Amino acid sequence: MLLRIAPLGVLILMLLPIAGGLLGTLLPAFGYLPALGADTFSLEPWSRAMTWPGMGKALGLSLWTGVMATLASFLLAQFALAMLIGSRWLARLSALTAPVIAIPHAAMAVGLVFLIAPSGWIMRLVSPELSGFQRPPDWLIIGDPWGMSLILGLVIKELPYLLFMCLAALSQIPGERSLMVARSLGHSRLSAWFRVLLPQLYPHLRLPLMAVLAFSLSVVDMALILGPNTPPTLAVQILRWFSDPDLSLRLQASAGASLLSLVMLAVLLIWLAAERFIMLGARGFLSWGPARPSRLAEILERLSAAPTWCALALGLAALVPLLVWSLARRWRFPDAWPARWSLARWHGQAEALGNAWGNTLILASLATGLALVLVVLSLEKEARYGRRLSGQGTQLLKYLPLLVPQTSFLFGFQVLALAAGISDGQTGRWALVVWSHLLYVLPYGFISLSLAYQRFDPRLVQTAQSLGRGPWQIFWSVKLPLLSPAIWAAAAIGVAVSVTQYLPTVLLSGGRIETLATETVGRSAGGDRRVLAVFALCQAALPFAALLLAGVAPRLMFWNRKGVWS
Amino acid sequence: MVLNDDHSTRLEVQIDCLALGEQVLLRELSFCLTGGQSLSLMGPSGSGKSSILAFIAGFLPPAFRVKGQVKLNGHDISRLPPERRRIALMFQDPLLFAHMSVGENLRFGMPRHLGGEQRRQCVADALVGAGLSGFEARDPATLSGGQKARVALLRALVSEPAALLLDEPFSKLDTDLRQAFRAFVVDACQQAGVPVVQVTHDQQDALALGGRCIELKDLQSKR
Repeated sequence: MLLRIAPLGVLILMLLPIAGGLLGTLLPAFGYLPALGADTFSLEPWSRAMTWPGMGKALGLSLWTGVMATLASFLLAQFALAMLIGSRWLARLSALTAPVIAIPHAAMAVGLVFLIAPSGWIMRLVSPELSGFQRPPDWLIIGDPWGMSLILGLVIKELPYLLFMCLAALSQIPGERSLMVARSLGHSRLSAWFRVLLPQLYPHLRLPLMAVLAFSLSVVDMALILGPNTPPTLAVQILRWFSDPDLSLRLQASAGASLLSLVMLAVLLIWLAAERFIMLGARGFLSWGPARPSRLAEILERLSAAPTWCALALGLAALVPLLVWSLARRWRFPDAWPARWSLARWHGQAEALGNAWGNTLILASLATGLALVLVVLSLEKEARYGRRLSGQGTQLLKYLPLLVPQTSFLFGFQVLALAAGISDGQTGRWALVVWSHLLYVLPYGFISLSLAYQRFDPRLVQTAQSLGRGPWQIFWSVKLPLLSPAIWAAAAIGVAVSVTQYLPTVLLSGGRIETLATETVGRSAGGDRRVLAVFALCQAALPFAALLLAGVAPRLMFWNRKGVWS
Repeated sequence: MVLNDDHSTRLEVQIDCLALGEQVLLRELSFCLTGGQSLSLMGPSGSGKSSILAFIAGFLPPAFRVKGQVKLNGHDISRLPPERRRIALMFQDPLLFAHMSVGENLRFGMPRHLGGEQRRQCVADALVGAGLSGFEARDPATLSGGQKARVALLRALVSEPAALLLDEPFSKLDTDLRQAFRAFVVDACQQAGVPVVQVTHDQQDALALGGRCIELKDLQSKR
């Protein structure tokens, strides 16, 4: 019974807010929002949104940063993998990706600001000796008009995710040996990668790439901290309209959100068309014979993994100034280190911190716990009844919340919740926020656990069956214990995903549930750097703690059963 | 088929010591082959026989340590990247590239300096010689196991390699196919006139190829 309900429950939990949310965004965009007394359809919200003076720039900025971040992450991942596959460095690279994936977006953005801003740590380290600066130079690095810092931040976060997905996809094709064959036929690593491996890998990468695109187009927290301000990206501007005290701006906000959905759709179609076009155009290129070895190609090949290493290193390095700032008392500009240290900010913020920690933990535990139960039951049903849920269609459904830009449906979801009166009470608000987190935790739960379920040796179940055990007995006494390392890992990923959620938390709680994410973003505009560092560091610490726990827990639970976790 | 009439290629391999971590897999192995000659390395799994091929082709995983060298026509190639060695490698799986047609798979390894017409002709000739005439546009997925194996061997040979390494090329074929494919390989290798090294655990494979045979278990030193 439970097994039959679980997949259906997953479907409803995912589809309802997305479909309802899209509708709840679309209707106000055409002037229909009864709660505000607007009940006649009109195009006015659209025309007001389109005639907003910053629209052209904001839209262009969203497009530019979103597409560039996606393309750059994709290409960097390909060049790095081409170079590293089959070498001992690949294992090191994949070990580095996990912590960078776990760092929440807001904390990463704040750390980057502390690192690369004109008054940031890098500048302090070279000043005044190398740079000659006694005071921070007047450079626009953070919030630059081209959104380069935002692109950098997005690449640092999305590149390790794409690397991870590529490595998972590589395990499904005879990658290493295909590369060997291609090289023994005279092709260089890069040539072999782009001619032989990428074409076979790409079908597995399409969904993750679209998820990166949807995320980058609609990202709010990173864009608030790293992106330009006049105007900001469209997603940020929509949030501003939406949270404006003047409620009539909500119609305009909905029009903006619908516009961003259309843009995502257009980019998606162009991307798919470009794919086809490139496949056709590159047909002949695939079977060109090997090029003669050249110096230039050799240098290019040597360097091709370097940007990826730098991006990962930068991502991890961004944590250091968070720690230093949170303990600083006085830290004047050209000094490399604070002159005086203190725990004052930690004490001073104890109450707000405790509150944010508590809320974040409760949300993460509820969302992760629920998601794990649903995912495990769905996969168990799939395994037991042999119905594969991994066909193209269901794969797409499981992935859906990651493919629809956040801005496209979260506003509408909140509008619907308001109209239904769910978000009035305390319980309703919490339920809504947990639900919104669940939308993002569920897909990642499926991604991480379905691989473990696929690899689970069915003969173990058959053996237990032949020993006279029933399916649920086998589930509890054989499957769960053996899958527990994967489940712990999935739980850590769930916590990381929940902790990073900013827009869902702010929107669906009506700004009334303070988490580490909302506090970090809220304090990023001006204010005390030390306080900001305290919150950002805490936000980053939680997923790390979860990862650590997930690594240690199975070893403690099965300390004398090495086969379970090694 | 590209003929190497002068039989000038000369492959010299000398391995003083090959070890995986602390475990020494073999010591003191050396051989020298010229064009058209062949050699079978026989041994049970774990004897390090595939690692020898990986060493010659330049693919030895970083966990292995080796002392020795590979010479081609007198030049030491053991420091060159695999793509510069001109040593073709064939595994027990044909590993045809699934996104390319049969013809594209063959052209993939052909030197670029050949003109388009010449490349096409060469592919057509090779396919005719393998009893696969007109297969250029075929999807590799539609071929039978024996056909795939033949295409994989052709792909290696039309890349004009200086030597050919076969890593248990017959082990995944069933008995009757194996007979036919062995004959095909012997024939094609002789025509191509390149040195051929195969590793196998099957006596019949070694006999079929002719040439010398080295039993590896004798060389293996126990820990």
